[in-house]
Amino acid sequence: MRSFIYERATDPAGAAASAAHTPGAKFLAGGTNLIDLMKLEIETPTHLIDVQDLGLDRIEPTVGGGLRIGAMATNTALASDSRVRRDYGVLSRAIVAGASGQLRNKATTAGNLLQRTRCPYFYDTNQACNKRSPGSGCAAIGGISRQLAVIGTSESCIATYPGDMAVALRVLDATIETVDPAGATRMIPIAEFHRLPADTPQIETALAPGELITSVTLPPPIGGTQIYRKVRDRASYAFALVSVAAVIQRDGTGRVALGGVAPRPWRTAAADAALPQGSQAVVGKLFEGARPTGGNEFKLPLAERTIAAAMAKARSA
Amino acid sequence: MTGASCSLSRRDVLAVSGAALVAASGAVLVTAAIPQAAAAAPAPLANAGVKLMPVRIEVNGRQVALSLDPRTTLLDALREHLHLTGTKKGCDHGQCGACTVMVEGQRINSCLSLALQHEGNRVTTIEGIGTPDTLHPMQAAFIKHDGYQCGYCTPGQICSAVAVLAEIKAGVPSHVQADLMAAPTPSGAELRERMSGNLCRCGAYANIADAMAEVAGEPA
Repeated sequence: MRSFIYERATDPAGAAASAAHTPGAKFLAGGTNLIDLMKLEIETPTHLIDVQDLGLDRIEPTVGGGLRIGAMATNTALASDSRVRRDYGVLSRAIVAGASGQLRNKATTAGNLLQRTRCPYFYDTNQACNKRSPGSGCAAIGGISRQLAVIGTSESCIATYPGDMAVALRVLDATIETVDPAGATRMIPIAEFHRLPADTPQIETALAPGELITSVTLPPPIGGTQIYRKVRDRASYAFALVSVAAVIQRDGTGRVALGGVAPRPWRTAAADAALPQGSQAVVGKLFEGARPTGGNEFKLPLAERTIAAAMAKARSA
Repeated sequence: MTGASCSLSRRDVLAVSGAALVAASGAVLVTAAIPQAAAAAPAPLANAGVKLMPVRIEVNGRQVALSLDPRTTLLDALREHLHLTGTKKGCDHGQCGACTVMVEGQRINSCLSLALQHEGNRVTTIEGIGTPDTLHPMQAAFIKHDGYQCGYCTPGQICSAVAVLAEIKAGVPSHVQADLMAAPTPSGAELRERMSGNLCRCGAYANIADAMAEVAGEPA
């Protein structure tokens, strides 16, 4: 691991200012992804700003009837919150489908959103990777791509966003609140938070330099049957090949987002609108323009079947 | 270490022979301290230019103050600086669970945490869970059910197992729970799912589940 200066921030705007004005600075939340990547020298921050003392770990109701989740609320705390289990079941389900108990106890809400979009070639520093080393090429294209994305990719990157929590946040239309170095706040819809790679795969989110996530807000509960179904190579502690977050109402309308198939949680308005017509129609809309490889084209029929299973479960609920 | 003063544990032998190898090769940097010499030895050398940072942690009920290279993980602080070698380094990347300890009662991978993140925290390692003379019920159950073979993953498995039963009691949900609003129970499926962050190369999983079920008071 490369050497770094460690600092504990005492207020959110101060943390943002410090990050913006210190070259090579990064925020440190739980650290479960960042420290792993630092050991491999894939991440090489020269300055870490620990944000655990900012009082950002509360989960509280909003005046509008939603729920405001502090950036530092742990995955376990969020999945366990009785309001989340009751009103946003898809979120609780998505969180406990990811990682391990140990990681969920340490990982935070904002840190989970900011985990790197990554693939095995990103981890292997002997391989070309435009995300790790911009301009070096992409060894995943033409390589082993079973886990990788089938849509939203580019000529420079086909990595998949690996998280589960964000797929549920996408289907729930969550909003991400941030503070910038000047102390100004802004709200970023989750739909606009994760970027597609295009020709800059090293830039993964809409955050500006130094901008710090302070909370994630859920709109008022939307009811429905809430399902998170994850298909993976082993029954626990593995990334999704395909995951489906769905909220389906009694009349068959609803919302659906996919994990494991794209560089960000994947949801389209046209696919939501097609839900009453069945899983084939939904998948047709979700995967318009998909460019799977020979190694991952199985994800298209797998997604169709997983959505069908979620819809069948909703009908029987 | 207990027993006759001339007896050497396997670890002492390894440490001594390691030191001999270092001497023979002329290397000057030794970061892994020899247990017997540790009390008198200075802190391990940091790289030139690295500013050491102070941290105070409560480990197994004892306040400790360390001065660390910021890169030091909680795992390395426990093993290399406090010589609590019960906690094991397996993959060092959060994948195997051998380094599992409890911080403020919650199990985490100590390899993916900087020691400096734990200023003022209460840390419990396998040494704090029980001793050979006063075994924790989970340790006794692992012995009774043969919940290990080589033993390397066992401290992490036991720390995790103790924490898992506490998590079930506290109502933390899991992936295999049918009803999110119902209280979870320590069923076999629940125990297996919740232990998925602890790998055992020897495959003692069935016996580990039996041990946990006994402590939880349920058939696995």
